[in-house]
Amino acid sequence: MSAIAPLANLRIWRHRAARAPWLGSTLAALAAFVITIANGQIQGVAGLLAAALSFSALTVLVALGQMLVISTGPGNADLSIPSTIALSSAVSMLVMNGSDAMVLPGLLAATGVGAAVGLSNFGLIRLLRIPPIIATLANSLMVMSVAISFGRGLKIKPPPIFIELVTLRIGGIPLLAMLALVVSLLVWLVVERTAFGRSLCALGQNARAAEFSGVRTVRTSLLAYVICAGLAGLTGALIAGFAGGNSLDQGDEYLLLTIAVVVIGGTSVSGGRPCVPGIWGAALFMFLLVAMLNAAGASAGLRMLLTGAIIISVIALAGAGSDRS
Amino acid sequence: MPLTQQEPLVQAIGLSKSFGAVLALQGAELRIGKGVCIGVAGHNGAGKSTLMNILCGTLQPDAGSLHLDGQDMVQAGSRWDVREARRVGIRRVFQELSLCDNLTLAENMHIASPLPGRHWRRDAAALLMVQLDLIFPGHGLKPHQPAGELPIGKRQMVEIARAFVDAEHPLRLMILDEPTSSLDPRCADQLLAHIRRFVAQGGSCILITHKLDEIFAVADRVVTMKDGRIVDDCLRVNTDRSRLVRAMGQNEDLEKSRQHRQTAHSHAREMVRIAAADGSAEFVVRSGEVIGMAGLAGHGQTALLVRLFRATQQGRDASHQVGCKVAFVAGDRQTDGIFPLWSIARNMSQASLAACKRYGLLDPGRERSMVEQWRTRLDLRTEDVNLPVLSLSGGNQQKVLFARALAADAGMVLMDDPMRGVDVGTKQDVYQLIRAEAAAGRSFVWYSTEFEELYHCDRVYVFNSGRIVGEIGRTDLTEEKVVHMSFEAAAA
Amino acid sequence: MSTLFALEGRSAGAALRAMLPLLALGGLLAAVFYRQPLAMSYFGLNLLLNLAIPVAFATMAQVVILAVGDLDLSTGTFVSLVATIGATLLPTEPLLGVVALAVLTGVYALAGALVEWRKLPSIVVTLGLSFIWLGCAVLLLPVPGGKAPQWLVAAMNVKTPLAPLPIWVALATAFMGYLLITRSSFGTRIRGLGGHAAALARAGHSLVLLRAQAYALAGFFGVIAGLLLVGQATSADANIASRYTLVSIAAAILGGCEFSGGRVSPAGAVAGALTMTLAASFLTFLNVPPDFQIGVQGAILVLVLGLRAGIDLLEGKP
Repeated sequence: MSAIAPLANLRIWRHRAARAPWLGSTLAALAAFVITIANGQIQGVAGLLAAALSFSALTVLVALGQMLVISTGPGNADLSIPSTIALSSAVSMLVMNGSDAMVLPGLLAATGVGAAVGLSNFGLIRLLRIPPIIATLANSLMVMSVAISFGRGLKIKPPPIFIELVTLRIGGIPLLAMLALVVSLLVWLVVERTAFGRSLCALGQNARAAEFSGVRTVRTSLLAYVICAGLAGLTGALIAGFAGGNSLDQGDEYLLLTIAVVVIGGTSVSGGRPCVPGIWGAALFMFLLVAMLNAAGASAGLRMLLTGAIIISVIALAGAGSDRS
Repeated sequence: MPLTQQEPLVQAIGLSKSFGAVLALQGAELRIGKGVCIGVAGHNGAGKSTLMNILCGTLQPDAGSLHLDGQDMVQAGSRWDVREARRVGIRRVFQELSLCDNLTLAENMHIASPLPGRHWRRDAAALLMVQLDLIFPGHGLKPHQPAGELPIGKRQMVEIARAFVDAEHPLRLMILDEPTSSLDPRCADQLLAHIRRFVAQGGSCILITHKLDEIFAVADRVVTMKDGRIVDDCLRVNTDRSRLVRAMGQNEDLEKSRQHRQTAHSHAREMVRIAAADGSAEFVVRSGEVIGMAGLAGHGQTALLVRLFRATQQGRDASHQVGCKVAFVAGDRQTDGIFPLWSIARNMSQASLAACKRYGLLDPGRERSMVEQWRTRLDLRTEDVNLPVLSLSGGNQQKVLFARALAADAGMVLMDDPMRGVDVGTKQDVYQLIRAEAAAGRSFVWYSTEFEELYHCDRVYVFNSGRIVGEIGRTDLTEEKVVHMSFEAAAA
Repeated sequence: MSTLFALEGRSAGAALRAMLPLLALGGLLAAVFYRQPLAMSYFGLNLLLNLAIPVAFATMAQVVILAVGDLDLSTGTFVSLVATIGATLLPTEPLLGVVALAVLTGVYALAGALVEWRKLPSIVVTLGLSFIWLGCAVLLLPVPGGKAPQWLVAAMNVKTPLAPLPIWVALATAFMGYLLITRSSFGTRIRGLGGHAAALARAGHSLVLLRAQAYALAGFFGVIAGLLLVGQATSADANIASRYTLVSIAAAILGGCEFSGGRVSPAGAVAGALTMTLAASFLTFLNVPPDFQIGVQGAILVLVLGLRAGIDLLEGKP
């Protein structure tokens, strides 16, 4: 009997370590922050922090949605995010039309457009019975065409109050970051404390077992895709406000970025274990990594190479499927 | 088949194997001579598979040694794996089929025993056909048809024939694990006859089966396993069926349960009615009944359970009328039941989240008390329900699945061979629980591959090729009747 | 012939699935000739189908990955990277270029080994890989340029007798794929890996080695695709073949391959590649505005997959 006790302890310890998958990304972010300051190439801690938080806030908003989709099953991801952002940023500028009164309707329209894209994503997955990655990839091309027809040559500036809100800082902390924090808390609450959140995790771990335990797999999956694209839609509008107008390539970097952030943040790539806190650490880390690379004069090519290598390393180390036997 | 007194072919000494906290095999000792057939009996979870896994190279033992022709294979510093085992002539036919559906029979043959040369396909086809003709004359199979097209019985035939093919390394010990589970009696007899021939020519064979008659038909020696140990090892002529059954650890209160069950169910409320169609008889379940499903493995039982379950989920199926909430207990834990990343508690509560809600959100307090309630009810052996579910033994994992289904507050519970790999002690606990729940009005539909479990049922439906071909009441239930009914009706 | 197109079973659905690529190709050819009768000539066919040559090889790479039950999202970027190497290293430092290509194939094999060893979803691994390829390509060739080696350009301009070069190459590719993937012992083991990996493990095969070999073969096909592409285009850029990922998947599925289960049809996939190329040309005939061309690519993929889903429903698959 005594031989069993240490084995059980080992399992408990592994279990506790696995319960904090966000630890890695948080430490990485801290390390990157320290290195950046120590290098002295970027002036001002406060300025760096504010910039990091603003950009990370946008990343976090989209990544939260990507996290939900990735958690629905092994190898699922939403590749239509860049196109959704392109479309929603155009739509938001069109609806707001430079007028302060139309800010809220513009935001709602952008989120609504995103949700519609999410719905169409899910429709394709369900009807065509194909891996979600392919469905979202195909859909992203069609959505991009729509975005091009809506948004090419659009030169509407965002309403003044919108620009102000998007760049506002309260006590040094950007409003955007606070918004992202609130949304993160909401998502965390949904994942931990609602039946939908449990169903999502169940679905991601074992789709058949989920079905046999009463999970409405269709509804759960649908919600995940709609929320993801909806968040991307909202972020598209915020990006347009941040950048002073929309452009079709605003969302391009978010494809790699969201997947990297979700993966580095400790969400299991095989599904069933979303990790909300890790996303913040990972988003900050990615921003600082890019800042360091830019400061060192590294090209875009190196950045892509490094990001790809980091993604593969992280999931290889985490051993996606091996902890399920 | 002379029982040889000379150097044994295989000698296993003190083999032990643990999986985490579970001791699956303890100090197993086995002598396998040449030209001998050994029948192995034991309930699910007795350790048979683990022992066979070690013998055929799929697993490394934690302790003990394995001697072949006097040479220690495990300690020798060389790797003991499937390749090595095949090289010395040990092969195994697994219970779960190992054919690639997308490949043809000849290609499947080549995968198992790679043949050299440009004409491997033709050679593999010839080898397989020769063996099939030898073991199962009249099989009707063609070497270049895809394996996925065949019904399960034919696939089992192909797997068996494939294993017997004389390729690169001569076959000396064949381990057959439930080889007749999906075969009709004619093919099963053909196989048994072939085993006798094979053994008479000097080969050795281990036959694991639930069908004790088969053991008495072909085995020279009978080994019985229970709870990870070999509890009996004697010549076939020195033993009989009742001694076997006792050694296996038969439930003593089976007779008691036969008497206890109420037979007056005819006036109880109907929970399910599936009308007769396509040659299939009608299927009815009433409140408080325990309905069994019998017949060859893989002949539609699980499919019906899944259809019943889905009929309630989708809510629209005229042919399957189900009048209550339904819960499902999976038998294949890994693919259908367990959420591997979660704790025991979360695995238990998954089907009853609605009851744990407060103001629309899940209430940890309610969830905790519900989990604790069912933990005691099922006597789940664990220090802490927040440990990962994979830290539990197979039997206790199965209990978690039962708890999940029972906690879901469903009027009917569907069970898909749930006692697979479960130890005798857990089984007793669960049988009692089913009895108690049924007495309180819950219905159970129970598919089991262990015939004795069907004695717990009020009525048994017999399946063949996806159809219900008959119904037997508990008092009339015998194994011969089930076999007879499934094939007589099919022939008709 | 029946094994050539992986005819499985005699049901109507299976026959339809096997015939689909040929029907689609035939139908599209008819539509093109109707629209543009001048295309019905040696020169016309050559022009229409020339771009299909590298696509056919890229599709074959995807077929190998599909055969082991995985999906490769890095096909397009890999082919682009090979093309950039072909335009930068090969003409100036051929030895280094060859070594680089060999190393790339090795990395591909390592990725396959990693997927099997750590049980990772191939989709995410190849997505990460695609960014590594793209990063390398951008580092090599930040702006479009370079110059393909003369021998490659010459090879792509060979005037073949009887039928234009693309037709011959398509036939050769189909035959090569058939031999390697359907007929050979290696191909059978690979398809077995996609069909029932546990069965191969039980028979004593090394799954890690097998998957690595499959990915290496895919890398090999990708290298050929990239070299042929740069021979045609005479120069390269980092994004020259970015759309190949989607096209290769669509072509493979159109040709009868499936996402899981190891059921693939190499010849069908080549027919699918020809069809996809023809569809792109057909769109230019229809004067689809460039804004919508990108969307139509997606729509074609959806159409192809929808057709397959329809056929599956016909066969009664769940």
